[in-house]
Amino acid sequence: MASWGEASESRLIGKRVTRLSGKDKVTGKAKYTFDINEPGMLYGRILRSEVAHATVMGVDMSDAEALPGVKAVIPLIEVGKKLRYQGQEIAAVAAETDDIAKDAIRLIRVDLEELPHAVTEEDAMADGAPEIRDWPSNQSEPNIREDGDLEAGFAEAAVEVEATYHTPVQTHVCLETHGHVAKWEDEQNLTVWASTQGVFGVRNDFAQRFELPANQVRVITEHMGGGFGSKFGPGVEGHTAAELSRITGKAVKLMLTRKAEHLVAGNRPSMTQHVRAGATRDGRLIAYDMKGYGTGGISSGAGFTGPYVYHVPNSRAERVNVATNAGNQRAMRAPGHPQGAFGMDSLMDELAEKLGMNPLEFRRINDPNEVRQAQYTLGAQEIGWHRRNRVPGSGTDVKKRGMGLGSGQWGGGGGRGTEARVTINADGTVEAVTGTQDIGTGVRTVIAIIVAEEFGLAPTDIRVTVGDSAPGLPSGGSGGSQTTPSVAPVIKTAAAAAKQKLFERIAPLLEAPIEDLRVGTGTIYVVSDRTKTITWKQAAGQLGMESISEGGTWDEDLRQGGAAGAQFAEVEIDTQTGAIRVIKIVAVQDCGLAINRLTTESQINGGVIMGLGQALLEERFMDAVTGRMLNANLEDYKVPGTLEIPEIKSIVFDTHRKVTGVGEPPCIPTPGAIANAVYNAIGVRIRSLPITPDKILDALAEKKA
Amino acid sequence: MPDKEKKQGTNISRRNFLKGVGTGTVAATVAPSVLISNEKTADAQMGDAVASATIQLNINEKSYQVEVEARTTLLTVLRDGMDTGGNNIDLTGAKLICDRGECGGCTVMVDGKSVYACMMLAIDAQGKQITTVEGLADGDDLHPVQEAFIQHDALMCGFCTPGFVVSSAALLNENAKPTLEEIKVGLSGNTCRCGTYPFIFDAVKTASQKM
Ligand code: FES
Ligand code: FES
Repeated sequence: MASWGEASESRLIGKRVTRLSGKDKVTGKAKYTFDINEPGMLYGRILRSEVAHATVMGVDMSDAEALPGVKAVIPLIEVGKKLRYQGQEIAAVAAETDDIAKDAIRLIRVDLEELPHAVTEEDAMADGAPEIRDWPSNQSEPNIREDGDLEAGFAEAAVEVEATYHTPVQTHVCLETHGHVAKWEDEQNLTVWASTQGVFGVRNDFAQRFELPANQVRVITEHMGGGFGSKFGPGVEGHTAAELSRITGKAVKLMLTRKAEHLVAGNRPSMTQHVRAGATRDGRLIAYDMKGYGTGGISSGAGFTGPYVYHVPNSRAERVNVATNAGNQRAMRAPGHPQGAFGMDSLMDELAEKLGMNPLEFRRINDPNEVRQAQYTLGAQEIGWHRRNRVPGSGTDVKKRGMGLGSGQWGGGGGRGTEARVTINADGTVEAVTGTQDIGTGVRTVIAIIVAEEFGLAPTDIRVTVGDSAPGLPSGGSGGSQTTPSVAPVIKTAAAAAKQKLFERIAPLLEAPIEDLRVGTGTIYVVSDRTKTITWKQAAGQLGMESISEGGTWDEDLRQGGAAGAQFAEVEIDTQTGAIRVIKIVAVQDCGLAINRLTTESQINGGVIMGLGQALLEERFMDAVTGRMLNANLEDYKVPGTLEIPEIKSIVFDTHRKVTGVGEPPCIPTPGAIANAVYNAIGVRIRSLPITPDKILDALAEKKA
Repeated sequence: MPDKEKKQGTNISRRNFLKGVGTGTVAATVAPSVLISNEKTADAQMGDAVASATIQLNINEKSYQVEVEARTTLLTVLRDGMDTGGNNIDLTGAKLICDRGECGGCTVMVDGKSVYACMMLAIDAQGKQITTVEGLADGDDLHPVQEAFIQHDALMCGFCTPGFVVSSAALLNENAKPTLEEIKVGLSGNTCRCGTYPFIFDAVKTASQKM
C-alpha cells in the first residue's frame, strides 16, 4: 500500500515551502491571459443588454463596421429572440485597439421591444409574475427531503425556535475577469489562452464547437487571476473570441469588463429559509422543519444545505429554485454550504439560548463528527471562549464585544482522471508535467515538493509544467477542492516509478541490490554500506542519451475526502454607529496531509476572508423597477480590504497523512461564527446577511423600543 | 409597468442608451450607473479620440516615444502601447481590474509616489519618473518587498500582487517603519480577492526591518 511516509521522514512534505511562481508574480513577469500580447492582436468587446427582458427587433451594425480600425462585427443574438437578463450578449466587435472597440460598441444600434421583468425572488414568485423563461413556472418543483417523524420530534421538544434566515446573491469578483486570447494558427489549429479553472474542459469545448480533433486545440493557462468556481467553460465570450479570430485571421483578446463580470460571469445564489426547530431539555436537537428558496438568476441550481452538520433525527427540508431575470449562478466556493451553514449555526445558537445552554456545549451534544469535537476544544482555547459575554448584549460600554462559533464540512477527496509524467534527464534535470492548472492554490509547488521529496532534490530543481493542454496529459477542472488530492497521487506514483527505473540503471554501478538503494540529499546511496554513494547528477549521467520518463497512476490510498472545520470569531460593535469590527478569527481546518503548510495556511486565510466578506459586506443589489444591477463595480460591491482584516489564526488541523483538498471549506463556518458573535455582543440577532451597520442600528433601536 | 412597451426605431433614448452599454467608463456612482450616455457625449469622446500626439515617457529609467490620444491612460500605454519604432512596450505587470481607481491593481510609482495608472492620462505622465513593478528589482536582486512577499506567501493567484508590491514599496518610501495599523491604511487602496492580506502585512513588516 502506497503511503506518504511518516512525518519524521519527510524533508519537504508538510513543511513550509515558498511558491515556485513567486518570483514571476512579484516582478510582474507572470503572464496571465489578460497580459498576452500577440503580434497584430485585435481587441474584442461585447455589446450587452442593459435591460432585463426584451425581444430583439433589430441590430444595425453598419456604423460600427464603418469605423476605421474595426475589423469585424458579429451579432450574438438573432432578431426575434429574447434577452432575459441585463448583460446578455447582443453583438461583438474586434478592433485594432481596445478604445476603438469601445467606440464601435457604442455605434451598434439595437431595437428592442421591452418585456416585463422580475429581478427579485419576491417579484418572480408573485401572482401574475412575468414568465421569465419557457418553464411551466418561475418556481421549480420543490425538492423535499424527509427523515424520521417530524411530529413526534416536535412532541418531544422542550424548546422551539422559529426564524427566517436570508443570504443575498454574491458575485465571485475574480480580479482577472473571464476572458481569452484566441488565435487560429491555420484553418485546422486553434490556440487559446484562457483564464480558466479547467484547461482540458475548455479544450474539449472548443474542439466540439469548431468541429476540430481535440489535439488540434491548444489551451494555455500559465497563470490565472482567480476563479472561485466561476471559470470552467469558455462561455459566450470564449466562443466569440475564437469566432472573431477565425473571421479576421488575427489573434483576438476578449476579456470581460468589470461590469460584465458582475452581471454574467456567475454568482452565489441567494437563500431565504424559514425554519422551525426543537430541542429536548437535555440539549438534543430533535426536530427541524425548513422551507426555503433561492435564486440563481436565469438558471437553476439555487440549492443550499440544511439541516447541516449536526445530527437531527426528525427533519423535513423543502427547497425551491426561483428563476429571475438576472445572470446565471455558477458554483461559488463551497456551493450551497456557507449560506446553509449561516442558517444552521444561527439556529443552533438561538436554540441553545432558549435552553439556557452554552452554544459550544449544545454543539458538543449534537455534532457527531469527532474531528470537529476536537476542533471545538482547540478553537475555544485559542479564542479564549471563557471570556465571552455570559449574557448577550450585557455591559454598558458604547463598544461591545462578543464571540461566536460556526462549523463546516466538505469533501475534497479528489478522483481519477489525471495523467502525469515525470522525466529524469541525463544532465540531472527533472521535469514534471500534467494538465492541471494553478488557479492560485499553489499546485505547481505541490507537484515540485512531491517530486523533490522522492528524488532528494530541492523543489526549485523540478521544472513543473501545468496549465497547457499541448503535452496531452489531461487533468480535471479545479473545482470541489479536488486539485491537489487528484494530482498528488499520480505525481507521487510517477516519481516513484521514475526513481525505480533510475535505481535499476545504477544498481550495477553501486554493486548493490535495487532494494538497498536510497535517495539522500542530492545523492543516491546504498543503505547497507553508506560509503557507496553517488550524486544525483552522476546517477542521471548514467542514462547517456536516454532519459527516464514515467507516467503515474491513481492511488486511492494517498488521498481521502472529508474535511471538517470549526471557526470562532470575536467582534466589537460600536453601538452608536453600528460599525462592526472583527477582532479575531480562529479557523481550525481539517485538511489531512498538508503537502505545503505555507500555501495551505494561505488558503485558509483566503477562505476566512471571503467568508467575512459574505458576512459583512457583499450583496448584489438589483433594482426591481429598472431590472438592473446597481452595484456592478468594485466601488459599490464591497469585497474585504485591508481595513476589514482581523487577526486570523489559521490552524492546519492535520488528522491523517492522506491528501485532502482545502480550497473551499474554510469559507463555510465564517458567516455563522461572525453572526453569532454579533449576537453575543449586542443581544440582538441579525438574521440576514450581510450584517451591515444600518441593520445593527435598526435592531438595537427595535430592542430599546 | 406597461405590459409591452414598444421601443422601435423612433425611440432615440433607447438607442442612445444602448450605445452606452458595456463601455465600463460611463458610471461613476450607483445612481449614474443606470443613466444613459447621450449621443453627444459619446460623439464628443470619439471626436477627442481622434486627436493624437507623440510624447516622451520615462519608464523604469528608459525613455519611450509613444503616440497617444488625449484619452489614453498611462496604464494603456504600459500594457498595450507601442513605441514609435513599432515595439510593444509590454509592461503588463500593472493590471486593469476595476477601471475606476478602486482596486490598486494598476499601481505604479510616479516620482516615487504610488499612483493608479488607470486614472492618469498618459499625457500627464510626461516629464515624470515612472516605475512599474518590472522596474523595482535591481537586475536579479529583488526589492526587499518582493523578497518578503515570496517568503511570506503574500500572494495566491498573484493578479493583485504587482499592485500590492508597488504600493508597499511606496509606503515604505514614506514610512520606513510602519505599524500594522499604518500598513493597513497605507495599503487600503489595494484589493485582493484571494485573501492574502494577513501574509501581505507580515511581508511588509519583514521588508521594513530589512530596509
Ligand atoms: S484598475 Fe486602476 S485602481 Fe483598479
Ligand atoms: S492573490 Fe489573487 S487577487 Fe490577490
